[in-house]
Amino acid sequence: MTISAERPTDVVASISAPPPSAASSWTQRPGWLSQHLGTAIVGAVLGYVLGHWFGNFVSSSYPYIANSGQNAIADALGLSVGVLGWLLGIGALNYPLAKMIGREGGEEPAVEGWSKYFRYSLDHKTVGMQYIVGVLLFMFTGGLLAMAIRTELLNPTTHVFSPDTYIKIVSEHGTIMMMMATSIIVGPLGNYLVPLMIGARRMAFPRIEAFSFWIFVAGYMVIFSALPFGGFPTGWTGYAPLQTQAGPGMVSYLLGFAVIGLGMMAAGFNIAVTIINYRAPGMTWSRLPIFVWSILATAALLTLATPVLFAGGLFGLLDKTIQTSFYVTEHGGSSYLWQNLFWFFGHPEVYIMALPGFGIVGEIMPVFTRKPLFAYKVAAAGMIGVALLSFFVWQHHLFQSGINPDMRPLFMLTTELISIPTGFIFLVGMGTLYKAKIRYEVPMLFCMALFFNFLIGGVTGVFLSDVPVNVTVHGGFFVLSHFHYTIMGGLLFAFMAGLYFWLPKMTGRMMNSRIGKWHFWTMFIFFNLTFFPMFVIGLLGQPRRVFTYASNLQGLNDFSSVSAFLLGISFLIFFANLMWSMFISPVKAPANPWDSLGLEWQTANPVPPYNFERIPVIMTDPYRYSEPGAPAFADMGDGLTQSSSTTSSDQA
Amino acid sequence: MAAENSKGEVNDLRRMTMIWVVLSVVADLLFWFLVGPHVPPGRMTETAVNNQRTFNVLLVIALPVLIGVWVYLGYAATMWSAKREGVAESVGGEGARTNRKVQVWWIALTSVIVIFLAGYGTFAVIAEHGSGGGEGPNPVWSPSGATQAETAALSGSSSWTPGHVLVVQVIGQQWKFTYRYPSFGGFESDKLVLPVNTEIAFNVTSLDVIHSFWAYQLSVKADANPQLNNVAYTETKHTGNFTVRCSELCGLWHGSMYNFGKVVSSTDFMNWASTTQSANAANTANLPPFAWTYVPDANGASGGWYPDGTVTPYSTVETYGSKTPAS
Repeated sequence: MTISAERPTDVVASISAPPPSAASSWTQRPGWLSQHLGTAIVGAVLGYVLGHWFGNFVSSSYPYIANSGQNAIADALGLSVGVLGWLLGIGALNYPLAKMIGREGGEEPAVEGWSKYFRYSLDHKTVGMQYIVGVLLFMFTGGLLAMAIRTELLNPTTHVFSPDTYIKIVSEHGTIMMMMATSIIVGPLGNYLVPLMIGARRMAFPRIEAFSFWIFVAGYMVIFSALPFGGFPTGWTGYAPLQTQAGPGMVSYLLGFAVIGLGMMAAGFNIAVTIINYRAPGMTWSRLPIFVWSILATAALLTLATPVLFAGGLFGLLDKTIQTSFYVTEHGGSSYLWQNLFWFFGHPEVYIMALPGFGIVGEIMPVFTRKPLFAYKVAAAGMIGVALLSFFVWQHHLFQSGINPDMRPLFMLTTELISIPTGFIFLVGMGTLYKAKIRYEVPMLFCMALFFNFLIGGVTGVFLSDVPVNVTVHGGFFVLSHFHYTIMGGLLFAFMAGLYFWLPKMTGRMMNSRIGKWHFWTMFIFFNLTFFPMFVIGLLGQPRRVFTYASNLQGLNDFSSVSAFLLGISFLIFFANLMWSMFISPVKAPANPWDSLGLEWQTANPVPPYNFERIPVIMTDPYRYSEPGAPAFADMGDGLTQSSSTTSSDQA
Repeated sequence: MAAENSKGEVNDLRRMTMIWVVLSVVADLLFWFLVGPHVPPGRMTETAVNNQRTFNVLLVIALPVLIGVWVYLGYAATMWSAKREGVAESVGGEGARTNRKVQVWWIALTSVIVIFLAGYGTFAVIAEHGSGGGEGPNPVWSPSGATQAETAALSGSSSWTPGHVLVVQVIGQQWKFTYRYPSFGGFESDKLVLPVNTEIAFNVTSLDVIHSFWAYQLSVKADANPQLNNVAYTETKHTGNFTVRCSELCGLWHGSMYNFGKVVSSTDFMNWASTTQSANAANTANLPPFAWTYVPDANGASGGWYPDGTVTPYSTVETYGSKTPAS
């Protein structure tokens, strides 16, 4: 008799049977007659046309609109109603609308097969897979724009693009990448893995979770709509008054951030509640996998920081449409208001991007070193510390802006303090490597690279936070290189580690290891060759977002550009590997290919719709590798209470 | 980690420490003596000298940190690789999970470094009157004589003699910088000429969007905000040319918003200033009185907000500081 067999948790018997439903409505028809991506697109188009028409109908006679050749009200209403139509079309609003008119909302029908990925799915595993496609689409778009930027910078005087096109490309690249990066780990891996790692059968709010994905896609389309609208010239930071001055593409930027913001708040709220309330029995805070800790810290930041962005975007939208003056200095507003609101969100935002990466390396390294995570509590404390401190550093973006000078030493101090909890992560990583027998599988290579890259990113961050040095490096290529080292060198490398590590669980197929190593080495080498020269370029005086630069910097810029193209090719290798390993020549993954002790690997493969036949009972700390006689992490109800194969010699 | 003090363990750490010390000392010395003196922004002004020194101090501290982690990672990656013959099996258990001594040392050491850096940075900012960064309209750290010079500039009673603070106004607009010299009748020029060995008070403002006045070799950077006077100080030390670039994205031609200035001897500066003052007298008469900020009118540079709905091309002559709407 095992512990979990004694517990009165029901075995989920009829998981494939359709859930009981009061009445079958049109939302529950199977196949193409029900709601899916197609109806969502129809809804979005109809919504856009309707909203745009209504906006014009209401406001086209206003004197400041009549002859101006642009109508921000119509654009904003078109996009807003388009998003609403998208949500109606996909079925996100069926349940709340039914509840509002006093009816019992019908259950979404359980759809089998691949078509579930095109629907409003309440299964966190489906949402996770949907997110993978979503973020890769985002990343591909942003990456193409990056290639365009580096092409333009090949020559200081001969131009590929007009300055107008160039600044739109730069702005779109930054915004798309930033939006993608908020969700790149929390979305796919957070949604897929958190319930599996904490021993839950589902998310706390599956509808909110599905909402977070579909609104994320809507946000992508809204920000992308900036290009047909003529783009926006402000970069991803969107500073007013340039924002106020810009054309209709700016509406897409402001609304895009507001829409993405809704998704971020929804995702953060759902994940935080799930982690706090849905942990399996025995999963105490000190037994929580470190990845879940990182996602919890990130979820807190998403929930608390994003409302500020949402409000900031809304104010900007009101300035552009109905001529309020939140950011218009000559009418009593302040351009500093935007800077403060934006960075009050924007700096926690960069830790939204860093923390999940730390969680992934913390989760993966013990598997390939066959050692427990060193200083687990310090790691968790570091993540909480980073999350807390990140709310107190935002004015370091404003050091030269003319803010109250008294504030500068304070924000210099808080910013530099944040490197203490960040340093915890290095202690944890280095301690875990200590005297380990390290296996170099592809995910482990990406983890090691993260420490290399993030160290450079972190140390240069200290330079930026120092006010005297900031005079030289603020607003130049130095800061550009710094945040690419932290976000791309940290987050994106961690994302790749996570994909190579968990795709076998998520899809049942192994990623090809040999192509994976090619992918890793090209990405690692050309990432560093692309961005390291930019520190020098920045120190030598090249500001960000310029399409022309001093001719003596051409050599370095060309070096960086060529490396960037090769970095682009490394992503093609990744896509080739993904296609090859998932679709062309799939190799069935073993149930636990890396021999991990993690709970997510203990359940059946493919994961049943309700994850665990019995809710597992957690019996001990995670990561008890190389510890003969240690109890199994969880009692799955199958009678196995001894940890099996935990040492490196068992791998052979 | 160091809980069980076996012999092999000590050897590993000792080897790493030796490699680390040697590499760090070599790297620091090479950097400090070979690269350090050439680190931007050079030595043209006092802020440049000090900001260069701060950068070098930071890098001399950062190099051992970088090298320490890299040596450790490199050592671990090669010596403890499963591919290597005879590598010991990983050992789990309590000793591998936590080590209070190591943790406390790590946290203490990083805290000491970080707090030292913050203290050193704060000292540099205060001692250098804001280190050449924009201090906003009410600078708390200003060189002696600056406040009087600025008050005089505003009241129109300003004149400059060598050895005193020179007030220069920097006006950013899409997409150029111009400069007003209140001590010389408030003339406006698109050339920035400064006397050597002089404390300069840059008063930076904008007529439209946010720009950033970055005098690279002077090590001065201050955002140009509409309707705000952002003050930055530096003291020129050497004659020569310098570059001014806009370092805050300001729209279409942001990349082309640069010009060049020069630091010249006091005599040359006096000659240039008085010549330009008389040559520009007719233009100066059309300028609004010298002020810290200028309010663009409805036809002006804030762009996009035209009450009558017509877009009029921007004109400096008609709208510069004028208070009456054009329509």
